[in-house]
Amino acid sequence: MSATATTPIAHAVPPEAGPRAFLRRLRSGDEVAHVLTLIFAAGILLITSLLVYELWANSHLSRAKFGWMFLWTRTWDPIFDNFGAAPFIYGTLVTSVVSLVIAVPLGLAAAIFLAELAPRRLSDALAFLIDLLAAVPSVIYGLLGIFILVPLMRTTLGPALKGALGFLPFFSGPNYGVGFLTAGIVLAIMIVPFIISVSREVLLTVPREQREAALALGATRWESTWQVVVPWARSGIMGSVFLALARALGETMAVTMVIGNDPRISASLFAPGYTIAAVIANEFTEATGDLYLSALIELGLVLFLLTFILNGLARLLIAATERGGGRPA
Amino acid sequence: MRLRLVWRKALNAVMLTLTGVAALAVVGVLFFILGYLLYHGGKSLNWDFFTKLPKPVGETGGGMANAIVGSLKLLLLAALMGLPVGLMAGVYLAEFGGTTFAFVIRYTTDLLNGVPSIVIGIFAYSLAVLPVRHFSTLAGGVALGIMVIPVTVRSTEEFLRAVPVSLREGAMALGASKWRTIATVVLPAASGGIMTGMLLSLARVAGETAPLLFTAFSNRFWSPGWGQPIASLPVMIYTYAIAPYDDWHRQAWAAALVLLALVLVANLGCRLVLNRRGAMRSV
Amino acid sequence: MEEENPTIMKKTLLAVPLLFALALTAGAQSNPMLLNAAGATFPYPIYSKWFDVYHTQKSGVQINYQSIGSGGGIRQLLAGTVDFGASDGPMSDDQLAQAKFKILHFPTVLGADVPTYNIPGVSGELNFTQKALAGIYLGTITKWNDPEIAKTNPGVSLPNSDIVVVHRSDGSGTTYIWTDFLSKASDVWKNKVGKGTSVNWPVGLGGKGNEGVAGLVKQTPGSIGYVELIYAIQNNMPYGKVQNAAGKFVKADLAGVTAAASGAAKEMPEDFRVSITNAPGAAAYPVSSFTWLLIPAQIQDAAKRDAIKGFLKWMLKEGQDYNEGLSYARLPKPVVEKELKAISLIQ
Repeated sequence: MSATATTPIAHAVPPEAGPRAFLRRLRSGDEVAHVLTLIFAAGILLITSLLVYELWANSHLSRAKFGWMFLWTRTWDPIFDNFGAAPFIYGTLVTSVVSLVIAVPLGLAAAIFLAELAPRRLSDALAFLIDLLAAVPSVIYGLLGIFILVPLMRTTLGPALKGALGFLPFFSGPNYGVGFLTAGIVLAIMIVPFIISVSREVLLTVPREQREAALALGATRWESTWQVVVPWARSGIMGSVFLALARALGETMAVTMVIGNDPRISASLFAPGYTIAAVIANEFTEATGDLYLSALIELGLVLFLLTFILNGLARLLIAATERGGGRPA
Repeated sequence: MRLRLVWRKALNAVMLTLTGVAALAVVGVLFFILGYLLYHGGKSLNWDFFTKLPKPVGETGGGMANAIVGSLKLLLLAALMGLPVGLMAGVYLAEFGGTTFAFVIRYTTDLLNGVPSIVIGIFAYSLAVLPVRHFSTLAGGVALGIMVIPVTVRSTEEFLRAVPVSLREGAMALGASKWRTIATVVLPAASGGIMTGMLLSLARVAGETAPLLFTAFSNRFWSPGWGQPIASLPVMIYTYAIAPYDDWHRQAWAAALVLLALVLVANLGCRLVLNRRGAMRSV
Repeated sequence: MEEENPTIMKKTLLAVPLLFALALTAGAQSNPMLLNAAGATFPYPIYSKWFDVYHTQKSGVQINYQSIGSGGGIRQLLAGTVDFGASDGPMSDDQLAQAKFKILHFPTVLGADVPTYNIPGVSGELNFTQKALAGIYLGTITKWNDPEIAKTNPGVSLPNSDIVVVHRSDGSGTTYIWTDFLSKASDVWKNKVGKGTSVNWPVGLGGKGNEGVAGLVKQTPGSIGYVELIYAIQNNMPYGKVQNAAGKFVKADLAGVTAAASGAAKEMPEDFRVSITNAPGAAAYPVSSFTWLLIPAQIQDAAKRDAIKGFLKWMLKEGQDYNEGLSYARLPKPVVEKELKAISLIQ
């Protein structure tokens, strides 16, 4: 979040100190409101802490046996009880990055179009329909992926990419149709509604004066949009990207149907892979060994850690590029 | 100078066209998906679908009446449990934030959002199913309720912040206390965006399967009350879609269509009632 | 001052579907007893048929079965959240030891796994030796025209292309049966990979569910995968013959599966936990298996106990008549007799 987002909205008058002032505030309900909302906010902390605790507690068998090695072991063997998270961490990261690389420019561009250029009625109608995409069940995306995207990738897209960019390690190797790239594309389609929906709303809240000021200074429409409006809405847009990233990291059903489910690390985007969420979904219901179960739960913990780190990095990145031009406090 | 102007104008035209293309691409994919669903789902939609219980394999005429009601009940629970928490927390972050505690809350919310749905299901299982030793609608509602919170918090906070300071200052100048300002001026002003966030989060959980597998389980029959396993559209879709039977596949598409229609109706209904007035818009 | 409170409006809006839902549930029966069960996906179609038919005959009993997977069934049974479970693989001694109560196994139907493939230019049925299948899945046999495959298929021109192996990505009883067979077919497989609902596959793509595997095989030229027999039949998929312990190449069908079970029936252990892959007998199909219902030996609730016992008796007699219609094989008579006696163990 931008620096502006961490300061509270300015009061016209700062709150007074002293017991009588406190009682007055109490009666006027401000303290109550503060405490009440604080309790709910703390509730989120409680739920998440409980979740982490459960993950920690239920994975102790696996943590005890493998320790830190778990993070870079590449085997996943339920029969001989040897588990490692490396292929899944790799797969999760790769598919998420691919999906963001596709969805963010696409989503932002579409949001800009809908907010700035499209006539209002059309924009509202389209935004409404795009919101609907968020309700399409994961399984349906998976099925559409299998029926349409996978053959497309194998017969058309894949060879085209190979022809153009085959010299890169990303596009080398055999192409089965399923793999990291296909999963990344499916994910991109799934997360783009979040980016568009929220970004569009945020762009629409930018005060008209800002645009007009830019245009009055002789900026072209695009310049006014890109250099004034979008930066103003930057924190909201970043927020939408966070939402999208979070969904990409945790997406289960659709990914497992198109990624090939092979716990292997390969440079090629055409290769089959596996993500943390997908392996948990596939194997949790059938896992009966205690160590096996514990290893799966440890994977959940690892994903949590991954999200933690990625979020932190992203925030640092934003803080570093903060140059002003955002909404003032 | 002139060259620079030509360049800027050209860039302008190109970039604006690109945004149009992007929007077209997204809308194109959207219409394709909707069209596909309409076509495959519509074929198998009939009155039975809405009124009958599922039939075993090989028999036609079954329906998903219990799953439709089930999804409604689960979404209701999720909304009741998750939306108020999300709303209140969003208000806290926007209005009383700025402390380290608020930063922690914001970070935690993002984390919660990234937890795979199946892990949330497992969590809700240990919270709400194991202690009482049976699956229930309530447990399913808990799992979905948790998932509704992060998006609601984020959007509530964002849109509360987007309300111009002038509006708040105006209210305070008239003598309103802080909470009154929030409740009667700021929240209504941000209501459009907040509602988008709430509907978005509900839409997302409406289609979630994994968290329900271990909490609401599923039910071949009707599920009275809130303490028994209950069928739901996403779980039915999942079960039917990966089964070997054509009839079930068709029903799965039909169920997906119904699910989408439900979300559409809910969306429309809410927007009509709240009518978008007071939402902060320029242009 | 105008009191605009969107929260109140939202709550009113929410009340509408609540009332609607309540109204609907009011009409639902609350009289019949609901039994919850969970487990194997493999027999799900026949179970759902049975429970439905049984419900029409005995309207007081509703059995709600969900196919969350064999392992899931075992886990939920151990946790006490379901009344009984179902599994494609018998519970191991360790698992039984974990239970706080004794658990009985009751075989219900028989099924089989078949190798399905998609080789451009090859339309007939291929014969697979056990070594061939093990080699393919171990990754040691990589081309279709490998001698191990070619020698048993004279007259079929196999291309010199790579074999794309497909297996299940989700833990499943189907995998258990397949890997159980491969463990018997190849010592290397047994020591390197082993048998289970989820294993560390040396090679191959993972498809989710039978649908996933079938889809991948259909779309990928040069691929091979394993699916349940009923799935292959229902979807008109080509599948090959597998060589059994007696050396004959058998194409999977209900008769072959029942033959495999009959062979094993003579030595059926008291608790019915037996593997019938690679069964003896000339007509036996080697990749066959029982699937079991897991019933607690002691059920406190008398009504539930009677309902379960009643269902089991029905299943063993009338229920078996429905098997063939859904492409499952019947239990052999000796096994049925033994099971009927075992029902009395439930108290």
